[in-house]
Amino acid sequence: MKRLPVLRPRALPRPSVALAWTVLVLLVLAAAFPGLFTGKSPIEIDAATALRGPGPGHWFGTDQLGRDQFARVVHGARPSLLVGLGSIAFAVVAGALYGLASALLGRTADRVLMGINDIVLALPQLLLALLALAILGSGQLNVMVAIALAFLPGYARLVRAEALVVRNSGYVETAVTLGQGPFTRAFRHVLPNALGPLLVLASTGFGMSLISVSALSFLGFGARPPTPEWGVMLSEGRGLLQTAWWLGVFPGAAITLTVVAVTVAGRAAQARFTRRTAG
Amino acid sequence: MSPLLTVEGLTVAFPGVQAVRGASFTLDRGECLAIVGESGSGKSVTARSLVGLAGDRASVKATTLDFDGTDLTGLDERGWRRIRGGRIGLVLQDALVSLDPLRTVGAEITEALRVHRDVPRAAVHDEVVELLTRVGVPEPEVRAGQYPHQLSGGLRQRALIASALAGRPELLIADEPTTALDVTVQARILELLDRLKAEGTALLLISHDLAVVSRLADRVAVMYGGLLVEEGPTREVLDGPRHPYTRALAAAVPSAAARGTRLAPVRHSGPPAGPDGCPFAERCAHADDVCRDTPPPPAPLRCHHPESGPVARAVFIGPEGVFIGPGGRALDEPGAVPPARGAYGTTPGAPDPRAVGHGVSLSGIGDTLLTVTDVTKRYGGREVVRGVSLRVDRGEALGIVGESGSGKTTVARIVLGLAKPDSGSVTFAGEPWSALPERRRRPLRRRIQTIVQDPLGSFDPRHDTGTLLGEALAFAGVPRRERRARALELLERVELPASVAGRRPAELSGGQRQRIAIARALAPEPELLVCDEPVSALDASVQAQILDLLTELRSALALSLLFISHDLGVIHHISDRVAVMKDGEVVETGEATSLLAAPSHPYSRELFAAIPALTRADA
Repeated sequence: MKRLPVLRPRALPRPSVALAWTVLVLLVLAAAFPGLFTGKSPIEIDAATALRGPGPGHWFGTDQLGRDQFARVVHGARPSLLVGLGSIAFAVVAGALYGLASALLGRTADRVLMGINDIVLALPQLLLALLALAILGSGQLNVMVAIALAFLPGYARLVRAEALVVRNSGYVETAVTLGQGPFTRAFRHVLPNALGPLLVLASTGFGMSLISVSALSFLGFGARPPTPEWGVMLSEGRGLLQTAWWLGVFPGAAITLTVVAVTVAGRAAQARFTRRTAG
Repeated sequence: MSPLLTVEGLTVAFPGVQAVRGASFTLDRGECLAIVGESGSGKSVTARSLVGLAGDRASVKATTLDFDGTDLTGLDERGWRRIRGGRIGLVLQDALVSLDPLRTVGAEITEALRVHRDVPRAAVHDEVVELLTRVGVPEPEVRAGQYPHQLSGGLRQRALIASALAGRPELLIADEPTTALDVTVQARILELLDRLKAEGTALLLISHDLAVVSRLADRVAVMYGGLLVEEGPTREVLDGPRHPYTRALAAAVPSAAARGTRLAPVRHSGPPAGPDGCPFAERCAHADDVCRDTPPPPAPLRCHHPESGPVARAVFIGPEGVFIGPGGRALDEPGAVPPARGAYGTTPGAPDPRAVGHGVSLSGIGDTLLTVTDVTKRYGGREVVRGVSLRVDRGEALGIVGESGSGKTTVARIVLGLAKPDSGSVTFAGEPWSALPERRRRPLRRRIQTIVQDPLGSFDPRHDTGTLLGEALAFAGVPRRERRARALELLERVELPASVAGRRPAELSGGQRQRIAIARALAPEPELLVCDEPVSALDASVQAQILDLLTELRSALALSLLFISHDLGVIHHISDRVAVMKDGEVVETGEATSLLAAPSHPYSRELFAAIPALTRADA
């Protein structure tokens, strides 16, 4: 009798995914220990070396104040990642609670909460963040809150939809017959089971939040000069792009690379999650 | 004349699994052969191999696969397409997924007509209507223009049969054709198949339901572990099964005769058989090394140690306190086998003092536990429950029987306090229940627990069994330190090994899951257990084990049961009293045996007549 061997190798990540993860690890290292990559200071002014092009000694060139661009890009990883991650974390927590409340607090609460949510959802995200910043004032913390508020409605809607499904599941009903109260049910059964898709969405949302962070800093709402921050660097280099292309290209490339890496890794995680829940 | 279909030495292998081991059978025009077995026995694969649909990964071999002079073994896909649907029709279990949701029933049948028969365009419509009429679809003109979702389950199954008949097949293969249907609808489909048989179509019926088989089949082939273990005329096989597996299968069918007895045979587990040995050896009490190592004797009875005589059942506790072990011998006779673990009281004549029911008097616990009074429930303007009144006494089992949509489950939800009646009331242990605000009812909820048809859905998918039981125990007020020990006790109670605690229900079998659901329901020490179709999704042998467990727990723990089922045999087996529901109303209530024997309401009579009984009174 013919028997085919059943091979079940542990799936290796595709090269693009492996590359994305490598970039992410490097970025996290740069954010945590910038000293590993550069010994130069990102804020030290040296008029003698102003506006040098990329070359030995200054791999990414220098700006009009003679600051090493490579050091600034490396040191810029921390504020960019922190604000991006912070805003997503905030949006996930607040969105999950908002959606859960909407799903579980009864029909009237659901109508009111989702009504507000849908109005906010109709506004473009960046416009919403700008609106929030106009009220809150600028600053990195406020940028974080503003971006979180812009992402929140979408997350709230997703969690609400998931929670509605879980709320009507057999196991939540069994919890009722066992005598569990609504609060225990919400946090022991409904929330953990409704959270999966949100975490997946948040992993790709992280990339979008990074773009928002850079955009808002570019517009002058976030980190203040001389803080090395990618959006700030783009803004500073804007006037000199004709003569010093490297001032725009390297921070721009850093933003693009980070967003692409985050999105590729996030998509891969998403695909894995879907396979696992489907199988 | 040679038979229409001759199968000899059919083997089907999937990578790593031998699904069918040398099956041989024949089938004639106008004859019905039923292949019976539990899920995974290889019966469906056998059927699919005959139409070339065993799957890409299957390797199908046979010494002879002859269909009316055509050799099926050498067919390529083109060849199969000519046979399939044209000369051999296939009807699958679930008509909803087998019909294209985007096409009308008429279009579906038309395609089958076009592919296999040269019907002039003008005559197609008439032919479609005629086919639908032939399978007993009312208003065929209207139905032909409708989509599958607009039809009821029974009509969909008929439409599917009509499309299978479009090519005028000489052989119709029906794979569990009535499993998804209500009993009265099932009865009509069986009548239809019977008529087709009478008209000369050969019928290969695949089923796990012995009762269905006994109504339709001329011959039965019993399959276990890929082997056709016993074959013969239907009445001979069902009335006097000889292979130990067939005997276990026949004994597992709950019916009037089996009331108060164990349905599952004494669970036996021996060493597994070798690749050539008898697949049943592992579970067989008579197995020896010959069974395990050498191929079983040739067909029709593939057993080294066949039994004979009527199938005996192990009695829990007879009215006279006599145990009857397997083999029909009372325990005090020499050579009798001790009763199964869990049959209470080990000394004949000395019933367990905790034992209740099944012939032992319900001393002092006949008080009313649950009263449902004139309850009505509307959903979306439709009354799904209308003026239902029920009563369950302490230690009693009340069965509710009815077709789907009759309101059984809504009644269960109202009793469980998961739905609020629009009018009427439920009282529990003499106190108000449905009228209580949720805050006051919550502490009392542990007294009424439930098990449902799909236990998997009732478990939080993130937790393993130990956590699930621990959670239930926590709500029953068991202190943290004692929970683990209690959880293991519960597992033992439902006859599961302690190792199950570390596994998730999704990794376990259907029967094991239902045992865990029962264990969890028992955790808060409830007084009433509401069982909503708890065995409907299980194989006959597993169903028998779960019913045995429920019966045993009931007597050991003085549990009251509200037992919902569409299966009369199951209801009869487990219930003291029965309520029959139709369209949201209770049409009849009464003592189980007398009501089932002589129903007075016309609907009950219709319902009971529709149910195929394994052994008819006149047989």
